[in-house]
Amino acid sequence: MSEINIQDIIKPENLVYEKTKLMTDKTLSYCPGCGHGTTHRLMMEVIEELGQENDTIGVAPVGCSVLAYEFMNVDMQEAAHGRAPAVATGIKRLWPDKVVFTYQGDGDLAAIGTAETIHACNRGEQIVIIFINNGIYGMTGGQMAPTTLPGMKTSTSPYGREIESMGNPLKITELIAQLPGTYYVTRHSVQTPAAARKAKRAIKKAFQNQIDGKPGLSFVEVVSNCNSGWKMDPVQSNTWMEENMFPYYQLGDIKVDGKLL
Amino acid sequence: MGELKLMKGNEALAEAAIRAGVDGYFGYPITPQSEVIEYLMAEKPHERTGMVVLQAESEVASINMLYGGGGTGKKVMTSSSSPGISLMQEGLSYMAGGEIPCVVANIVRGGPGLGDIQPAQSDYFQSVKGGGHGDYRLPVLAPASVQEMSDFVPIAYDLAFKYRTPVLIVSDGLIGQMMEKVELFDQMPRLTDEEINEKYPWATNGKPVGKEKRVLTSLDLDPHKLEKHNFKLQAKYKKIEEEEVQFELIDCEDADYIIVAYGSSSRIAQKTVQLAREEGIKVGLLRPITLWPFPKKPIDDLVVKGVKGFLSVEMSAGQMVEDVKLTVRERTKVEHFGRYGGVIHSPEEVLDALKSKIIGG
Repeated sequence: MSEINIQDIIKPENLVYEKTKLMTDKTLSYCPGCGHGTTHRLMMEVIEELGQENDTIGVAPVGCSVLAYEFMNVDMQEAAHGRAPAVATGIKRLWPDKVVFTYQGDGDLAAIGTAETIHACNRGEQIVIIFINNGIYGMTGGQMAPTTLPGMKTSTSPYGREIESMGNPLKITELIAQLPGTYYVTRHSVQTPAAARKAKRAIKKAFQNQIDGKPGLSFVEVVSNCNSGWKMDPVQSNTWMEENMFPYYQLGDIKVDGKLL
Repeated sequence: MGELKLMKGNEALAEAAIRAGVDGYFGYPITPQSEVIEYLMAEKPHERTGMVVLQAESEVASINMLYGGGGTGKKVMTSSSSPGISLMQEGLSYMAGGEIPCVVANIVRGGPGLGDIQPAQSDYFQSVKGGGHGDYRLPVLAPASVQEMSDFVPIAYDLAFKYRTPVLIVSDGLIGQMMEKVELFDQMPRLTDEEINEKYPWATNGKPVGKEKRVLTSLDLDPHKLEKHNFKLQAKYKKIEEEEVQFELIDCEDADYIIVAYGSSSRIAQKTVQLAREEGIKVGLLRPITLWPFPKKPIDDLVVKGVKGFLSVEMSAGQMVEDVKLTVRERTKVEHFGRYGGVIHSPEEVLDALKSKIIGG
């Protein structure tokens, strides 16, 4: 067998996959196996495929993805904790023809920013919200989140989340789906290639809705893992997510084209 | 001559926002300044200039809408009163750090806490010393009439965009609520999107074709880089202190005693000057127009000239008096007088205080 020269293979006609140019070359700050990186890539692929590179403004959150603006190669603003939907409102109202998105975690969107989330949804702001739900505060070291499951151990619920004293996990996605201002509400995951492809279709639909001027906000939840916060390896955390998170946070569309399913 | 109207201070501020070519106003009602958003909603500025007006769910949301809109190079504004301004301090700190221009009007009411809805000047510290967390300052303009509620709006935007900073207009319930004749300036055009792109290359309104993306953030996890960013901010503040001080001197040439007062208090003190001079007491009034940067030099000049004492007259328990003292540095007498908690002092009370605390004290 003759030796294969790698340089002979790198030709445009052999190209089957390319990193989107809307992801920078900066090394991701996320833990190996974390869903943030995959979700970033899916979003940036969608924005590139929709030809919106020069017309998109993103709003980054506070949390593990606080540095999302270093990885996403579009104009970005870094918001205070929980305030991204208000920041995005300010942008979209003054630049209605631009594409505006927020990228937020569960603590950001469903605890400190609940008011901003609900009211942006209720006003029907024509923005996209991508919501990463991993049931924990990753960046600050694994504290309990509004979405932490009953009995789940975190550094501020070391004996497990006790519903009587710590309250229930908040299904914010079902909550905002009830509001007439939301147009598209869906829940996905990105832990397998099949799941990531589905999630990408949902993200694309969300951005397309905004480009088409559909009346209302498009909201995509991505149920994700946090292997470091959950004290598991990446494979274990994906299994745990499938067995524990998915039954509580059921995947699939909740509201499509303004109609609850 | 511009259009003459009889207006409330709050209405003059709102009308000036439309005429200054503001792109977006985001606000939340609070007494004694709700007329600002009421006037704007009734006036349909979208039909006049294309200006957007939105009632937010809270002051926290409205200041963050300013962050978003201001970050795209648009002229954005909000207004509130003391408790609401406290809620905005987080956003103002982030905007100072991220160098995002905006104008915020505080129609100050009595405090602390919920306080009351009567006029006060007790937010001086919060306005001029930073207000939120971190090392920063904001330029603060203090109108003393309904006319200035209008006139200071375009001045505030010039400062906001020249220095890429939030600018405060600090007034009080008295000026906000009272009606006076005001000469309105002519309509200024809003900038087009193309003009914004040309003037503000930092604005995050969609990455220009073939160019690098723009990011607005107040975060840098590397302490040395963050220190460098802070050096840059401090250099900017130094420049503002050197170049943007504004003040007014009334009857100070021959004065033995000086009242330092701003906003409503300066209007009252003007009468005190008159009453004192009728009694043969030579009193002058120094009115800071910018509360920060504080007019240190004119005070210093008056000390050097041999003024015998300064009375800082504020509707507060004594806040600006600290800046007067820092400038005078014990070379002559400095005292404070003022009613507060929503009570307004009379010109006679000020004169009595001048006599007891400065002249006879």
